[in-house]
Amino acid sequence: MANICIVGATSAIAEATTRHFAARGDRLFLVGRSPDKLAMIANDMRVRGAAQVETFVLDVNDLDRHVEMLETAEGAFGPLDVVLIAHGTLPDQRECERSVAKTLDAFQTNAISTIALLTEVANRFEARERGVIAVISSVAGDRGRQSNYVYGAAKGAVNIFTQGLRNRLAKKGVAVVTIKPGFVDTPMTAHLPKNALFASPEDVGARIFRAIERREDVVYVPWFWFFIMTLIRHIPERIFKRLNL
Amino acid sequence: MRKRYESWGKYPKHQPASVYRLRWHTETPPFDRFDRPVLAYGLGRSYGDVCLNENGILLDTARMAHFIAFDEERGVLRCEAGVSLKHILDLIVPRGWFLPVTPGTKYVTVGGAIANDVHGKNHHREGTFGRHVTQFELLRSTGERLLCSPTQNSDLFRATIGGLGLTGLITWAEIKLRPIKSAYIDMERIRFGSLDEFFDISARSDTRFEHTVAWLDCIAQGSALGRGVFLRGNHSEEPGPLRPSKAPRLYVPFDFPSFVLNPLSMRAFNTFYYYMHTPTRSQKRVHYESFFYPLDAVRRWNRIYGRRGFIQYQCVVPPDDRVEVMRELLTLIARSGRASFLAVFKEFGEVASPGMLSFPRKGVTLALDFPFEGEATLRLCEQMDAIVREAGGVLYPAKDARMSGEDFRRFYPQWETFRRYVDPAFSSSFWRRVMGETPANRTNGA
Ligand SMILES: NC(=O)c1ccc[n+]([C@@H]2O[C@H](COP(=O)([O-])OP(=O)(O)OC[C@H]3O[C@@H](n4cnc5c(N)ncnc54)[C@H](OP(=O)(O)O)[C@@H]3O)[C@@H](O)[C@H]2O)c1
Repeated sequence: MANICIVGATSAIAEATTRHFAARGDRLFLVGRSPDKLAMIANDMRVRGAAQVETFVLDVNDLDRHVEMLETAEGAFGPLDVVLIAHGTLPDQRECERSVAKTLDAFQTNAISTIALLTEVANRFEARERGVIAVISSVAGDRGRQSNYVYGAAKGAVNIFTQGLRNRLAKKGVAVVTIKPGFVDTPMTAHLPKNALFASPEDVGARIFRAIERREDVVYVPWFWFFIMTLIRHIPERIFKRLNL
Repeated sequence: MRKRYESWGKYPKHQPASVYRLRWHTETPPFDRFDRPVLAYGLGRSYGDVCLNENGILLDTARMAHFIAFDEERGVLRCEAGVSLKHILDLIVPRGWFLPVTPGTKYVTVGGAIANDVHGKNHHREGTFGRHVTQFELLRSTGERLLCSPTQNSDLFRATIGGLGLTGLITWAEIKLRPIKSAYIDMERIRFGSLDEFFDISARSDTRFEHTVAWLDCIAQGSALGRGVFLRGNHSEEPGPLRPSKAPRLYVPFDFPSFVLNPLSMRAFNTFYYYMHTPTRSQKRVHYESFFYPLDAVRRWNRIYGRRGFIQYQCVVPPDDRVEVMRELLTLIARSGRASFLAVFKEFGEVASPGMLSFPRKGVTLALDFPFEGEATLRLCEQMDAIVREAGGVLYPAKDARMSGEDFRRFYPQWETFRRYVDPAFSSSFWRRVMGETPANRTNGA
């Protein structure tokens, strides 16, 4: 029985992932900002077989409460085995271009809060020399594109940060998993027209669960995004800057 | 994979003006901002237009699918209305429980199962799905949330069971499960050569078997008319593995062209199915999946009927003159040469449903598919309607795409009482059709 902490537990992708841990009978510490939604997910996970479920209400941008959150989790269950960081927002690129505040907000939620959490979790796991830290980043962090570079830059920061962290913690038996989904049909993308590239949260969740189980490094979900992004990363900047991506 | 809001028969093709997706049962859709009629849509497994709302608003409930509580001792499960029967089976089978009543597919939501008051192979014992619903919450467009049960808001409880989604939004429901010792069914197959033989076997099976159903060759004529295969079974009493079903591997990737299903291929299939079951009688222990859900093995099997889709015709006729009436129907069907695969044939029992508009009742039910071929198909159905009407039978709204309003009101005289419980903001393509109302008006845009 593992102790699992999910930050951003009300996210559709996180929820689909958490169901796999619940079915296995793990202990779940669910963190999110809406007590109402957390309670509904907690009940669902209990029915599905989670050994114990606790919830913790947190706005991840309350950086000062990160330690309190982790201490509460470990106070309830003992040392955590897995921390999955899933929260995020998809800002309106156009609005960000016109507003420094909006740009920084997006950065705060998608990069700063995540980096702050990672720092705390990493130190705890490093000292114990075990555990898995997983973060849901995005393919958008692989290259800056005119249509989405504020979000992309924040996710890109998370990509580089987790890459370094993985390098540091590999010697200590701690796995760091960077998850890069493509388009997923969730509330975050509710406003976008759907096409064949969209994956379901269930499929993505199943893949994330497997990646955590296998302590993988960098995971594109679904797999074909690896090829799409490899291609996109290799277009020379000279040409890329003229494209409408 | 842009989500299409169609019904399983792909006929009629009614698109909503907009869709509102729900994820939590505590969420209240902005009813006061909706300027068109509203209808819940789950997994789109109704065949005709009860799940469609042309130019209206659909409340997509497929993601409002959380479990709320499960009392493993008593077998009582509470879940959101978008939870599918598949989700439920995956959860409860390993813990020794099963659905009290299940239709022929597990890809329906609990909300849809209640709204259509679905039935299964054990109707003669357990009645409809609605009989096993202990309570549910109904969200009315006023924002009011009503707990409905046989003792609380009991009128709305009865109106909502089989109420075709018209009384409001079912947000969550509680159902009573049945215990099992194994995921397997002890099944018997018996070939029969005529309708008389069918009724004979059926009468002798009902007391000994919880589940009974027959597949009828609906193309055979003359002396072969009414031949088929009778299936009966019980949940195995011998403790066995409690393994839920595996995911289906077969998939129909696109709509088949219309020549695939032709009279010749259908005749071959029907004959093959009949003779496949030699000897005339066999016994077997099978997993519940193949017993209850043979068609779930092929995802999107409805695509074999092509773009135009199909009509499923299901009626029930009272026990008197049943052989004569069925012979008349089968003769008409066989002569038309339009029927496709096997027809499903079953005797319903006396167990009354709590639902006001519920379809199942004492008698014999026949269900079969017709590839949609326009006027000719509709005319054939109308000829069948006349026979059903004459016999005092009724049609099943969950399968219907074309019965006349007059017929609906004759079949379901309770409609006048029922209408009092319809939520004024809710409607469906079906309801407007049978009530003779004009289509959802287009107030903005268009
Ligand atoms: N959907 C996609 O196409 C896609 C693609 C690539 C990567 N991703 C990433 O996948 C992750 C999950 O997203 P999703 O698609 O599952 O969308 P989602 O269902 O909208 O989930 C986003 C979650 O983040 C939470 N959140 C946002 N700001 C927060 C804050 N300040 N404090 C606490 N929680 C906060 C939200 O909480 P509330 O429920 O309270 O709003 C929500 O649970 C995100 O990191 C996203 O960037 C998504």
